[in-house]
Amino acid sequence: MADDGRTFDAAATEAVLSGKAAERDLLRFLTCGSVDDGKSTLIGRVLYDSKLIFEDQLKTLERDSKARGNAGGALDLSLLVDGLQAEREQGITIDVAWRHFTTDRRKFIVADTPGHEQYTRNMATGASNADLAVLLVDARKGVLVQTRRHATIARLMGLRHVVVAINKMDLVGYDRATYEAIRDDFVAFAREIDLPEPVCIPVSALMGDNVVNRGDGMPWYDGPALLPFLEEVDVVQTSTQTPFRLPVQWVNRPNLDFRGYCGTLASGRVRPGDRIVVNPSGRETTVARVVDFNGDRAEAIAGESITLTLADEVDVARGDLLSPADARPQVADQMAAHIIWMGEDPMLPERSYLLKIGHTTVPAQITEIKYRLDVNTHSKLAAKHLDLNEVAFCNLSLARPVPFDPYEENRGTGGFILIDRTTHQTVGCGMISFGLRRASNIHWQALEVDKAARAHQKHQKPCVLWFTGLSGAGKSTVANLVEKRLMAMGHHSYLLDGDNVRHGLNRDLGFTAEDRVENVRRVAEVSSLFVDAGLIVLVSFISPFRAERRLAREKVAAGEFLEVFVDAPLEVCEQRDVKGLYKKARAGEIKNFTGIDSDYEPPEAPELHLRTDQAEPDELADQVIQALRARGLLRE
Amino acid sequence: MSSADRLTHLQRLEAESIHIIREVVAEFRKPVMLYSIGKDSSVMLHLARKAFAPGPLPFPLMHIDTTWKFREMIAFRDQTARDLGLDLLIHTNPDGLRDGVGPITHGSGVHTDVMKTQALKQALTRYGFDAAFGGARRDEEASRAKERVFSFRTATHQWDPRNQRPELWSIYNARIQTGESIRAFPLSNWTELDVWQYIHQEDIPVVPLYFAKPRPVIQHNGMWVMVDDDRLPIPEGAAPEMKSVRFRTLGCYPLTGAVASTATTVAEVVAEMLNSRTSERAGRAIDHDQAGSMELKKRDGYF
Repeated sequence: MADDGRTFDAAATEAVLSGKAAERDLLRFLTCGSVDDGKSTLIGRVLYDSKLIFEDQLKTLERDSKARGNAGGALDLSLLVDGLQAEREQGITIDVAWRHFTTDRRKFIVADTPGHEQYTRNMATGASNADLAVLLVDARKGVLVQTRRHATIARLMGLRHVVVAINKMDLVGYDRATYEAIRDDFVAFAREIDLPEPVCIPVSALMGDNVVNRGDGMPWYDGPALLPFLEEVDVVQTSTQTPFRLPVQWVNRPNLDFRGYCGTLASGRVRPGDRIVVNPSGRETTVARVVDFNGDRAEAIAGESITLTLADEVDVARGDLLSPADARPQVADQMAAHIIWMGEDPMLPERSYLLKIGHTTVPAQITEIKYRLDVNTHSKLAAKHLDLNEVAFCNLSLARPVPFDPYEENRGTGGFILIDRTTHQTVGCGMISFGLRRASNIHWQALEVDKAARAHQKHQKPCVLWFTGLSGAGKSTVANLVEKRLMAMGHHSYLLDGDNVRHGLNRDLGFTAEDRVENVRRVAEVSSLFVDAGLIVLVSFISPFRAERRLAREKVAAGEFLEVFVDAPLEVCEQRDVKGLYKKARAGEIKNFTGIDSDYEPPEAPELHLRTDQAEPDELADQVIQALRARGLLRE
Repeated sequence: MSSADRLTHLQRLEAESIHIIREVVAEFRKPVMLYSIGKDSSVMLHLARKAFAPGPLPFPLMHIDTTWKFREMIAFRDQTARDLGLDLLIHTNPDGLRDGVGPITHGSGVHTDVMKTQALKQALTRYGFDAAFGGARRDEEASRAKERVFSFRTATHQWDPRNQRPELWSIYNARIQTGESIRAFPLSNWTELDVWQYIHQEDIPVVPLYFAKPRPVIQHNGMWVMVDDDRLPIPEGAAPEMKSVRFRTLGCYPLTGAVASTATTVAEVVAEMLNSRTSERAGRAIDHDQAGSMELKKRDGYF
């Protein structure tokens, strides 16, 4: 990696290994800009002018430049940066690519992210680990909608340093007034969105001006060139100044004498003797030792992965957050946060997702979309759901309280990801603004007559029989027969029927995906109340989505929920068409009809699978009764 | 701000790698560490020992033995396992063994597929591992630059570069369905220079083949190849020469080119590297088969 004139002798190498160069720190930055702003060319230029290109890479570059370069056969430096075959073929960058280079001052890791609006999620991903963003602007075009979008996302992701590289200055005759107009325009926008003061550098990635070297195109510019600036900028994490936070990642118990709590310090510093609190339990203790591979240490600081032992035998588990006793995190099960949606399927309020924050994973719902943020104009819009790459400010409700800090105060403890419970894809990320106190103000009223007492009075064990399946599969027919048998046996039951409930409790709901989720959520709540009342509840609902059926299952205790898949092929249901609905749906008179233009997700592991095209309803009802009996839910 | 507030780049890389290794162990049922005996594996193993000290490694190591590794590699492997008391599994593809698959008779493409890719898949399936650590670095090759730290694989071990999960902060999504698995890459953000600097700083043992010594070599497929045993065909009239050589990367010996060198210490190796004009994988035959060849191999389950 030496430049042309230099060779490394033993002494120079020794310096690399043990001397000042080994003390180099690390700067992670993100580059963003649209396809034709010259982002790849800029990075290519940095590498090329810093003599960081190997001979074999240069040969490949020369060959590729002739074959498919966009520089008319001359070296196309952007080809140094392009990655996967798929994107080569499309001529665009489709994902985040990481580049590494090292100068005498610093090691750099560059997250190269694409500029199109549909890649907002990739930019957010790259930004989440970056210390700084380099935002490209085409000098001929000035500050565009997408420039504002990138600045907005950089702001959301909490980047404290933004460099605007005003590129292609060669194409505007290195004109000073053009540069200044763009700079002023951007600075004004940055103030509007509360972005830290940006540094604006006029560059030509193609010609090399102000990238690594000053060049002679712009003598009027007296600021630093890009790379020298990146080598100098002080991004030392303010995180050592923020209060101590250790998310407990793993409990290390190799033998009876050692019990260590492992994790990476999200912020602050910790020493033996520090008074600390385990969150969310709130138990206090003292740090006994700070340990690593080589033994005891006097101190650990933000960013280090270490192990602590504690003076007292307090209960600490993975997912807990250790903090100083006098600077605790918030603990809440409801919070407000910015969410960037990354899933192909839309985010639906009230749907249950998994939220991972630190080392805790909890079920969570978005209870309300306060507003959607238009990342292009920074305006606030109403929204009922979120599509891929959309950003919104939302209220969330978690299945249990978690410790956290506002993201603005601590990037290490204020961010979370959302995971789809069925596909396991990462479908969103969130930055917490503040905790909501609502839950702690509505206290649960403990009642003296409880579920067990009510069930005992009826001489039965309450449960939910959840019949799901396509319209016309025979849910209500079978459910009816089951309830008649239960009645004959002297049991107390209630049948919640999809159609009937929509005439009353749910008459304000339609058939969009959002409304279907809410429809099932309400019925899940009602069935859970009825179980609490000691009843055997039969629910006959299409309930097409797995996520909502899982939500219903989680509303009651383990063993109290039986999912009954009432199954018949779509053709059979459509042929039966008891209510004439399929005909209307096929004619386009009904929208969002399950099986026709809306999906049905069949259960993966139902307690009962009834094939109504292969058996008579009476036989199937008997099967249900037998299943209840086998589980000890019926009186003998 | 005092310099005690700032981590060096190696301290930051080390902490991130330990974080990744611990997260895999905390989230997965049955992890394994793929141990290839090379310098990256040596560093990864060292980081794993740091992650769980003072306890032992909570997972086994596995070596996919193609039967064509340098003898010094195998000796180093066995010595390391003994010295550190490691639980080491060794797997060789029995079908390939039966059919006598090798790089000389079958070419590098077939050999790598049968003895490495297929062998790895067999072993992962046989033991039911749901997470496998690998020592790959993003700076090695273009398609690796986009690989996630937690790289998701289907039940048939396929990788889909278009359908990767976004990774934010250091929060890793570890959810998988039964039968699916992940490959985890704790060294994702390390470069070749970082690896050597760290080996120097931590005094980590590596296979002696990384250091120059007079070794018997002949020209084979345009590379200097070491005559490690009598399976390498010596053309009529040719004879191995003794040359002072070392290796930048280690693989199957007939597929790994030696470089002329006099570097016998880590410092000298780094000096040669800093002065060198070719990138690391240029000495590997398998990357050059066709454009984007590594990406194609990876989609099919190659590490």
